[in-house]
Amino acid sequence: MTNVGYSKKVMEHFMNPRNVGVIENPDGYGKVGNPVCGDVMEIFIKVKDERITDIKFRTFGCGSAIATSSMVTELAKGKHVDEAVKITRGDVANELDGLPAQKMHCSNLAADALHEAIKDYKNKKQKK
Amino acid sequence: MPRIYLDHASSMPVDSRVFDFAKPYLMKSHGNPSSLHSVGLEARRAIEEARSKIAGLINAENENTIIFTGSATEANNLAVKGTALRNITQGKAVIASAIEHMSVLNPMKELQKNGFSFLTIPVDSTGVVDLKKLDSILTKNTVVTSIMYANNEIGTIEPIQEVSKIVKDKGLYLHVDAVAAAGRIPIDVQKDGIDLLTLSSNDLYGPQGAGALYVKPGVKVQSVLLGGGQERGLRSGTENVFAIAGMGEAARIAQQEMKQESNRLIPIRDTLIKEILKIEKSHLTGHPTQRLPHHASFRFSYIEGESILLNMDMYDIQVSTGSACSSKTLEPSHVLLAIGLKHEEAHGSMVLTLGRSTSMDDVPLVSKASYDTVQRLRNLSPMSKEWRK
Repeated sequence: MTNVGYSKKVMEHFMNPRNVGVIENPDGYGKVGNPVCGDVMEIFIKVKDERITDIKFRTFGCGSAIATSSMVTELAKGKHVDEAVKITRGDVANELDGLPAQKMHCSNLAADALHEAIKDYKNKKQKK
Repeated sequence: MPRIYLDHASSMPVDSRVFDFAKPYLMKSHGNPSSLHSVGLEARRAIEEARSKIAGLINAENENTIIFTGSATEANNLAVKGTALRNITQGKAVIASAIEHMSVLNPMKELQKNGFSFLTIPVDSTGVVDLKKLDSILTKNTVVTSIMYANNEIGTIEPIQEVSKIVKDKGLYLHVDAVAAAGRIPIDVQKDGIDLLTLSSNDLYGPQGAGALYVKPGVKVQSVLLGGGQERGLRSGTENVFAIAGMGEAARIAQQEMKQESNRLIPIRDTLIKEILKIEKSHLTGHPTQRLPHHASFRFSYIEGESILLNMDMYDIQVSTGSACSSKTLEPSHVLLAIGLKHEEAHGSMVLTLGRSTSMDDVPLVSKASYDTVQRLRNLSPMSKEWRK
């Protein structure tokens, strides 16, 4: 029944997304996607001693775009940045009990947004 | 909260009167309509009776103008390909409006691959076809011009009589896809000047699995499906008697109740539109007045349609969207792009299509759910940042 709609977990994250919002003066910020394609995600992180202490997201997009954003923030929270950067699109989809095949690429950008935020954090740190 | 189904353009329940009427053709009068024994003849009679009822709905010259198919998609394919190929000596050009159903556009694209010229007529921001443009690109080589009676995604009703005058004057045959309009607004193929017209059973509260093509007497069409020669040789394959009998009865009921049902639905539609447009940055799509009585369609800035659909479903309200994320092709609706919306605008659409189960009592519930859905998704959206400042 893999092609019948979204998993319960996706719907649960869609309806009750975790870590929604904005962090003022974040240590790292990542934004991916394009409104023309129908998906835009942004992730804000706070980092202390190389650990992600706070993470927030905002997403424009379909059900899986919102659910994957929520899930990636859950997975990354509390992790060392070098661990968090290893979180893949596949990990996010697995944690959500899978995504419909056609959503695997277009709406599974959340891990990319996280990677961008971590990259931004590392760039900023280097400049200091 | 009770279920509020507002996606009648996608699928409709079978009317219980239709089901009761057609039920015997599944198990009792189950004969093959081509068989000459009494059980076959019972099935044959059901088909001929359905043909006559459907001819009545569109005021066709006679019942023999109605060809049954397995779906409206098949009827559109027959109308486009069957007519273009049969009349190839008259010319090799086809024309469609930019907002036609894919079952009209894709057969035309296939004809194009095989040497036909294929042009689309643009529509204005309310979805009305550009008659001047139609007039300027039609030639005597245009064997099929296909313009829908009304659009299923934006509810706009097209000026078919004016279209017909232009086609009669310059081209050969006018095909009209009336799936969204039939049973909703009066259609008179003779007065409207229509050569070919597509109907769908389910869009009349009939069973899925039947469609029909009206072919005006004298219009030449060839089959696109070859076999035993059923339906005057235009659609081979044993007839789906249950669905066809049901379609006929559905057409009869629709014809009888159209005026009354339309008078009931229009105030509900208009109240729904008024209430939903109170949401900030919301817009009606399609024509403000020349629209189907059961059709209310919108777009909301900064949010995406599949999320709207899923969120509304949480309130047990079923809606539709032209968003890319809800389509198989991952492209936003070609209809919304044709009325001039940008991709990011087309993503945020919501289509409500009312039916016999819809009542005025639903309006406050649907309006509230729409408001809450839009607010929640905008709070999640990075794109509403500037607007909120």
